[in-house]
Amino acid sequence: MATRAPDRPTAPPRPAGKRRRFNGRHWRYQADVKGSPYAYVTPFFLLFCAFGLFPLLYTAWVSLHEWTLLQDEHPFVGLDNFTAVVQDSYFWNATFNTLSIGILSTAPQLLLAIWLAHLLNRPLRSQTLFRVTLLLPNVTSVVAVVVIFGQIFGRDFGLLNWVLSLFGAGEIDWRAGTGTSHIAISTMIMWRWTGYNALILLAAMQAVPRELYEAATIDGASNMTQLRKITIPMIRPTIIFVVITSTIGAMQIFAEPLLFGAYSVTGGQDRQYQTLALFIYENFTRLDFGYASAISWMMFLFIIVIAGINFLLTSRTKGDLR
Amino acid sequence: MRAAKGMRLTYLTLMGVAFFTALPLYFSIVVASRDNAALAQVPPPLIPGANFFENIARVFETVPFALAMLNSVIVSGSIAVAVMFFSTLAGFAFAKLRFRGRNALLLITVGTMMVPSLLGMIPLYMLMVKLEWTGSIYALIVPGLVNAFGVFFMTQYLSRALPTELLEAGRVDGCTTWGLVWHVVFPAARPAAAVLGMLTFMNAWNDYMWPLLVLTPENPTVQVALSTLAAGYVNDYVMGLAGTALGTLPLVIVFALLGKHIIGGIMQGAVKG
Repeated sequence: MATRAPDRPTAPPRPAGKRRRFNGRHWRYQADVKGSPYAYVTPFFLLFCAFGLFPLLYTAWVSLHEWTLLQDEHPFVGLDNFTAVVQDSYFWNATFNTLSIGILSTAPQLLLAIWLAHLLNRPLRSQTLFRVTLLLPNVTSVVAVVVIFGQIFGRDFGLLNWVLSLFGAGEIDWRAGTGTSHIAISTMIMWRWTGYNALILLAAMQAVPRELYEAATIDGASNMTQLRKITIPMIRPTIIFVVITSTIGAMQIFAEPLLFGAYSVTGGQDRQYQTLALFIYENFTRLDFGYASAISWMMFLFIIVIAGINFLLTSRTKGDLR
Repeated sequence: MRAAKGMRLTYLTLMGVAFFTALPLYFSIVVASRDNAALAQVPPPLIPGANFFENIARVFETVPFALAMLNSVIVSGSIAVAVMFFSTLAGFAFAKLRFRGRNALLLITVGTMMVPSLLGMIPLYMLMVKLEWTGSIYALIVPGLVNAFGVFFMTQYLSRALPTELLEAGRVDGCTTWGLVWHVVFPAARPAAAVLGMLTFMNAWNDYMWPLLVLTPENPTVQVALSTLAAGYVNDYVMGLAGTALGTLPLVIVFALLGKHIIGGIMQGAVKG
């Protein structure tokens, strides 16, 4: 009956009569209008609170206790876990690694994604083919990505070392060094996410009015100038969105270091690529939940600070039309 | 003249990028279809060989891969359907119905999208221990039934795509709210819900950290089984990559067929973000 709804004038007479018939019908109508929104939101919120919100908040409670899975007693220890975390050199090592990998992967990725989106934002043939190819790495699972790149970055039979040897470079043990392992892990992240971010930026670029470019072309502005002075300022909100989501993602890097080191929870022998997420996992596997929760909260704190800094940076530098 | 040259350069660059994007995938197929001895050669093999099915057979002998596939299909499928359903209902209420506390609830939902999921993982694990769901796929399905992104996505879509007049007309025709949902909202939501379903399926299929935490190697998902292969048989690249190819193939096929819609969905969802 709703299908013929658009021709509204024909509809009213019948229900007008209906609604005047008070009592049960009217009451039921009221209950429906008032109550049903809650009925539709409730299933979502019940599940969301139980498995989404509650765990988030409960982490804070756990972090204030000496909490291991093996004991039934969980004594309250105040901020002891946090003071222990701050004095733990492994924690700062993991923080350094996370930041290093984060910067190495996000910064070039963002520039590359903007540039790619700019190239795709032209009347191209086989547009869909390019887009599908670019998103293909994102469809590949993290585990698959690490397995594939684990071979490429292999010391003995790795594809990359072979290519480098053609240029006379010696064998590199990518996993052994801090710098080399960070480069390898960042490459995996970049490979998986650049295309995805490029498409999001492309979506924003397509919403920029064409006339701006036409006017700029008439004024003789070069392609690069148009990108810098029109496109980037116009899509700034989306750039900020991409930067912040990438930051949140980069702070949680987990599968890459774990599997790159063939399941080493320490991220290599000297912890040279143990990230914060991996450090949390290490403490989780030792069943030290209180400590792991404290690290989680520290990580969350870092995310807020870094996302905030990034927000300020991106909204500043691109803001003035230099 | 200059413009034509610029376009040629654009095509060349894009083709170069596409090449480097596809190269690792191609090379993984090459490795997966060879044997380990061939890998040790210099130069390494650059075209596929004939050992693919042999390697696949070894994957099935080493890890319970069939069970892993079944688990992944069940988990990803049920999560996708549930997220589509619950998100459409809640999205409709948020987008088109008026009720007390609507803005606050929507704010909480959107706000948690920015919170890293890692933060809640430990209590969630403790909850699963309490429910005695560890080691079973319930531990993956139940927490996955709803997510904030889905509700946000459907709210965005329905507030744009569902004309309020249509709903009013339905009401005037004597439709109950449920009648509206059934006859107006669900049909209108279908395109966006399909995209959401595909994205959710992909994410659930590729999820790794949470399944690794709650499942055992005896009852794994595809990703957990793959990581067992990758970690336990470090130097057996051939088998690891054969398993990877097999575990990735279903998604790549789906993506190749429906890629256009998925891309459309990602780009649509992003503009408002």
